[in-house]
Amino acid sequence: MSKELSYLEAIREALAEEMRRDPKVFVLGEDVGPYGGAFGVTQGLYDEFGEMRVVDTPISESAIIGVSIGAALRGYRPVAEMQFADFISCGFDQIVNQAATLRYRYGGRASVPIVVRAPSGGNVGGGLYHSQNPEAWFIHRPGLKVVAPSTAWDAKGLLKAAIRDDNPVVFLEHKYLYRRAKGPVPEGDEIVPIGVAATRREGADATLLTYGAMVTPSLEAADRLAKEGVEVEVIDLRTLMPFDKAAIFASLDKTNRVLVVHEDVKTLGLGAELSAVIMEEKFDALDAPVLRVTYPDTHAPFSHVLEAFNLPNTDKITAALRTLVAY
Amino acid sequence: MPPIKRTKFKLAPEQLLEMFYWLKLIRAFDERLSILVKQGQVRSGVYTGIGQEAIIVGTCFGLRKEDFICPLHRDLGSFLMKGVEARVMMSQMFAKTTGLSKGRDSALHSGVTELGIFGNTSMLGANLPIAAGLGYTFKMEKVDNVVVAYFGEGASNTGDFHEALNFAGVQQLPIVFICENNQYAYSVPLEKSMAIDDVAIRAEGYGFDGVAINGNDVLAVYQASLGAIARARAGDGPTLIECKTYRWHGHSEHDKAFYRTDEELAMWKSRDPIPTFTTYLRARHVLDDDKQKAIEERITTTIDDAVEFALNAPDPAPEDAVTDLYA
Ligand SMILES: Cc1ncc(C[n+]2csc(CCOP(=O)(O)OP(=O)(O)O)c2C)c(N)n1
Repeated sequence: MSKELSYLEAIREALAEEMRRDPKVFVLGEDVGPYGGAFGVTQGLYDEFGEMRVVDTPISESAIIGVSIGAALRGYRPVAEMQFADFISCGFDQIVNQAATLRYRYGGRASVPIVVRAPSGGNVGGGLYHSQNPEAWFIHRPGLKVVAPSTAWDAKGLLKAAIRDDNPVVFLEHKYLYRRAKGPVPEGDEIVPIGVAATRREGADATLLTYGAMVTPSLEAADRLAKEGVEVEVIDLRTLMPFDKAAIFASLDKTNRVLVVHEDVKTLGLGAELSAVIMEEKFDALDAPVLRVTYPDTHAPFSHVLEAFNLPNTDKITAALRTLVAY
Repeated sequence: MPPIKRTKFKLAPEQLLEMFYWLKLIRAFDERLSILVKQGQVRSGVYTGIGQEAIIVGTCFGLRKEDFICPLHRDLGSFLMKGVEARVMMSQMFAKTTGLSKGRDSALHSGVTELGIFGNTSMLGANLPIAAGLGYTFKMEKVDNVVVAYFGEGASNTGDFHEALNFAGVQQLPIVFICENNQYAYSVPLEKSMAIDDVAIRAEGYGFDGVAINGNDVLAVYQASLGAIARARAGDGPTLIECKTYRWHGHSEHDKAFYRTDEELAMWKSRDPIPTFTTYLRARHVLDDDKQKAIEERITTTIDDAVEFALNAPDPAPEDAVTDLYA
């Protein structure tokens, strides 16, 4: 059984279902209470669960995450909301030095089951501080998991998995998708496991690895290539850390060519790591160098003209795919 | 040290009229922006300070060119008072090359060092440690310039706020901290984000004076800041002035602000800083119908011209998305 929901509604439903299922789950963040969050994700939760479990916090990102960690140590499963992923930097230390390291320094005797939800990404005219894609910072920090769904289905299933996971999970919700991505969502308690990619389109000529808001333009580019007789396999990574190496390698064995597409900037973005891993472990399977279509190494500008220049899109992906298959 | 609320001052009729002009110009600028957002001409990043103008006028009026301001997101008027042309500020909102960011970012996310304006990012409170850095250089150089740094009551809950005030207190820096307490941080009312009534008392913890004043009375604001500025210039260290006020519009132009009552808004509108000051000026025969009309016409012309200029100004070249990253 499934029903049609937006990506945003799917996230809300996951929160509500998890809070009903487990009294240890609670949410905290700025304006998440009666207001229902800056984007409306937590709408209705305050009425259903009350102010002890839907906590309006002061503007204190470090405290929002620190409080979550403290509660997690006592067996709770807090879900912290950053108003925008851009503000996650204000709570950075609590994530990278407290949450990420705790299990290690406790000799494996404790863990920090928190989720930090963060609306990320551009193409909404948000400018420098309302458009960022901070995934690489957290992928780079051992001890953290990083998740970035592209569909309503995955948003729900992955958030449930993140809440039940015993590790700190950075959950990146792409704001461009909030109301634009609509689709079927399972009724009831279905989980999308962390660490497992999804093949969105099969093909034997090239592998395209992507996630988040880049899945749609990637599929459009693949459709264009299909008209030229080239079949591209599009893999939605869904989890960025730990990424699904098995799925990537299986596809590569079939296609021998890989393009990585992400909205994050190029240098030391996830594409750099994927490319390195493939080169190290699957060099013999490659018929072409791993290529990347990414944001250039720059900030997210406010002007529509400037932002359009930076964002990867169907045309840029199509061009890169042509180069890749012609190699 | 004299109580700063009772600092003696005398303003000539022309100065009073100038204050009146600024109050009206700043109000009119924000009102026009609000319309431009509704018309879809300005895309986002508009946080009006309608209702709070007396704070900007009262604090900026006594400043020199060499003094620095570190405004918050509603303080567009402080840019104008410090010498940025209306055309430039309007271009900034339209993301045109003629704006301070040349289209890179909107709103007040840019500054002009030569005019003593530091432009903050979106990160609330992040301007305050930087204000301390600016003030520290004045102290090192033994010049009697000052820094006026603005923040909302919501931003006073960030770590940066506390670190900055502590530093300024320890170093006895020439800074006037201005809290624009408009009662709400987005949807969250004051009492839900701090366990005190007056932000002013936070100063005590850092070893300097804090006072709470009526932020809707331009002369009261002027008087208090004059005292605090004099102290700072004399090397007697920082002061915190909490200006009680109210924001009339939503948090941003998209916010319908259902978290507050119509009665509350009406009550605060009855304390509109502009009519209060108008009555004062008329009673003293500083202002009459002719003078008011002339000022209002000048303002309309200025704003019409700024909009016209910004509309016709060029968009940035797409490739400018990747320039100005390094010196
Ligand atoms: C560090 C940080 N967290 C969250 C936000 C999102 N945000 C923007 S303005 C705002 C409320 C600010 O309240 P206050 O400081 O009182 O200033 P006001 O907007 O009321 O003038 C919030 C939560 C932000 N800009 N920066």
